[in-house]
Amino acid sequence: MMNAQPLHQTLDHWSRFTLRQRLMRYGSMMLVFLVVAWALSSIDVIWEWVWDAPSQMGDLFGRMMPPDPSNLPSILEAIWQTVNIATLATMFAVVVSLPVAYISAQNTTPNAVTLWIGRFILVSSRSVNTIIWALLFVAIFGPGIVAGIVAIMFRSIGFLGKLLGEAIEEIDQRPVEALEACGASRFKIVLYAIVPQVLPAFFAVSILRWDINLRESTVLGLVGAGGIGMILQGAIDTFNWPEVSMVLITILALVVLGEVVSSYLRKKIL
Amino acid sequence: MNAVKDTWHKPPFIKSPALRYGLYAAVAIYVVLTLATLPIDWDRVSDGMRRAQRIFSGAFPPNFERSGLLIDGFLESLKIAILATVGGIALSVPLAFMAARNISVKPVYFLGRGIIIVARSFHPVIVAIIFVKAVGFGPFAGALTLVVYSVGFVAKLLAERIEEIDFGQVEAMRSVGAGFIPTLAYAVFPQIMPRLVGLGIYQLDSNLRASAVVGIVGAGGIGATLANAFGRYDYDFALAITMVIVGVILVSEAVSGFIRKRIA
Amino acid sequence: MLKITKLTKRYGSGDPVLKELDLTVEGDQLTSVIGSSGAGKSTLLRCINRLVEPTSGSVDLNGTEFTALHRRELRNARRRIGMVFQSFNLIDRLTVMENVQSGRLGYISTWAALTRRYPREDIRHAYELMERVGIAHYADRRADELSGGERQRVGVVRALMQRPEILLADEPTASLDPKTSEQIMSLLRDLASELKLPVIINIHNVTEAKEYSDRIVGMRYGRIIFDDKPGKLEKAEMDEIYAGVPAMDRAEVGAVA
Repeated sequence: MMNAQPLHQTLDHWSRFTLRQRLMRYGSMMLVFLVVAWALSSIDVIWEWVWDAPSQMGDLFGRMMPPDPSNLPSILEAIWQTVNIATLATMFAVVVSLPVAYISAQNTTPNAVTLWIGRFILVSSRSVNTIIWALLFVAIFGPGIVAGIVAIMFRSIGFLGKLLGEAIEEIDQRPVEALEACGASRFKIVLYAIVPQVLPAFFAVSILRWDINLRESTVLGLVGAGGIGMILQGAIDTFNWPEVSMVLITILALVVLGEVVSSYLRKKIL
Repeated sequence: MNAVKDTWHKPPFIKSPALRYGLYAAVAIYVVLTLATLPIDWDRVSDGMRRAQRIFSGAFPPNFERSGLLIDGFLESLKIAILATVGGIALSVPLAFMAARNISVKPVYFLGRGIIIVARSFHPVIVAIIFVKAVGFGPFAGALTLVVYSVGFVAKLLAERIEEIDFGQVEAMRSVGAGFIPTLAYAVFPQIMPRLVGLGIYQLDSNLRASAVVGIVGAGGIGATLANAFGRYDYDFALAITMVIVGVILVSEAVSGFIRKRIA
Repeated sequence: MLKITKLTKRYGSGDPVLKELDLTVEGDQLTSVIGSSGAGKSTLLRCINRLVEPTSGSVDLNGTEFTALHRRELRNARRRIGMVFQSFNLIDRLTVMENVQSGRLGYISTWAALTRRYPREDIRHAYELMERVGIAHYADRRADELSGGERQRVGVVRALMQRPEILLADEPTASLDPKTSEQIMSLLRDLASELKLPVIINIHNVTEAKEYSDRIVGMRYGRIIFDDKPGKLEKAEMDEIYAGVPAMDRAEVGAVA
């Protein structure tokens, strides 16, 4: 576009973007501005509350101080329960997600129908949030850790299956060809040419999901599915703010510890 | 020829046998113990199966009659997500500079990292409960929650991007005597801008997702509608809402993926 | 004896890559197939063990008609053909021994494959072959720790573990430096005569082909246009093999037809 102009016109003038690019940029900025204005003007909030919010927040945090450790033993027990929920659910989910990943990867799925089934399992598992799964399983298993484990597991299958499926799709096909040329059966090809290539991704994804599940397990108790969330809910309901802050500190410690452990494992294994 | 070996064992992943078998045993004991102590009450489960059946039969067919309520709930979720994304990014940019090792000074760096870690560690639902208690029910609590959620994600990744920038450009700006702000504007911002836009679009998508959940504890949006329907045993309406949530999430994921691919 | 008759391969609706090709290989000959890229060398090799499905024609190895086989029979028959690849196609994260034993996967039980408890006979055979090509001390190393030449030796041993009746090598030296490449070529030649094994090699390097082969087959656009002793390959033949464009070739065919 610029090249078509006579040289002397282009020389006394410089701009970073072409006209079209600039229009695109201004256009998107305008769009963002309009969307924000629409959201601000129509959202259903009581603005007095908004202006009052900082002092309300300050007030709440004031009441939380200092944290009250008197209930620490039962808090720690609930934390242990939370860890167990996350760990067991991750283990079960890993086992279930393997065949799902196998049928939802384009290069290993037996046929179009299985591919479709695999994709459907992944999408439905991933699109429904852990909390919603937990609501359902609390209704089935009753309040407690089992509902929590199953809820976390159902949500994790989609995550693990999707990432493992992608890892399977990215493998080097050449060893597969070599083993086909040796006359190996399908299962042995999977065992020797696919599994070793996917193994690092398998561990990385499982550890990552365990880390995420640790965080997710902390809220299960709010809908009655076990773990630390139960105690948090109880403390909030009784306005026991010092205990709330104690629970929050423990959760923080748990999550940070989980992150340290998972990054250590990742380094160790990969 | 007789000297040729005819046995072979795969070298184990963990060399020391004591450590290896110790680890296997520890894992086995952990799994057995935690599984054995799981409080599964089979009477409760069979009872629950009936209950589940009631839920499912109550849920079919999904009921779209109150679509007005559904749409209102969604619009509110969308507004929450938009405002939280904008607010979250506005907070994330300064925070990311604070938490970038190569730009920031030590005390500020630790402060920035600390804020990010706290923001990341708490599940949005927990944050939402606290905000609901502090500022009352409704979308404002939801927006505040998702601002915290966005900061935890955007500021962390943006800080990592800032730490990876080509520092030569910063030195070049300093060498011509530019101040701190012009240096940021000319040498740092152009390098992190694409990443920031990408993160913003991604975050809008995940805020929309999360807003469906935080509503369950009273922070407004479609989640509140869902929790109400569930609480009133309107399972057919709840299923309709869930189906629409899944649909919207899929669409929003596809759109955000498409846009990010285009600008990348 | 490998006898290929009227082998044709066509991808989609385009021009055939192999055009009614005939080739017979027997004894412990080392046969090199030369020709420019796209001449169909690689497709020819892969049609023999049906990694690529031939469109028509016949491939007969010591009395077994390969083109007529069904899945399980084909798997069993493929054990009789060893194959060596340009990019080695090893499983990087497994040890050399596991890679070598993967050549026996068609024979051993799934349980043995899973637990890596290979038959003693196979382990001894593997050590003998690895000793022969000079990689026995690497048995416990991961395949991706080896150099290119060593990796190709692993590839050769894996193929020989099958106790094949014929060995196919698809550009086995194209990823190697000149010195290593000569070592692999002379290894293949020596193995052919030691094991009384016919070997077919696709190769780009004509000098190497002439030095190490008993017979050279020149391909152009899906046909064999030269088939003789290496000494007979002169400049004129070379020009014919490596010159020409598909359009000219088609015009020629049109004129004949």
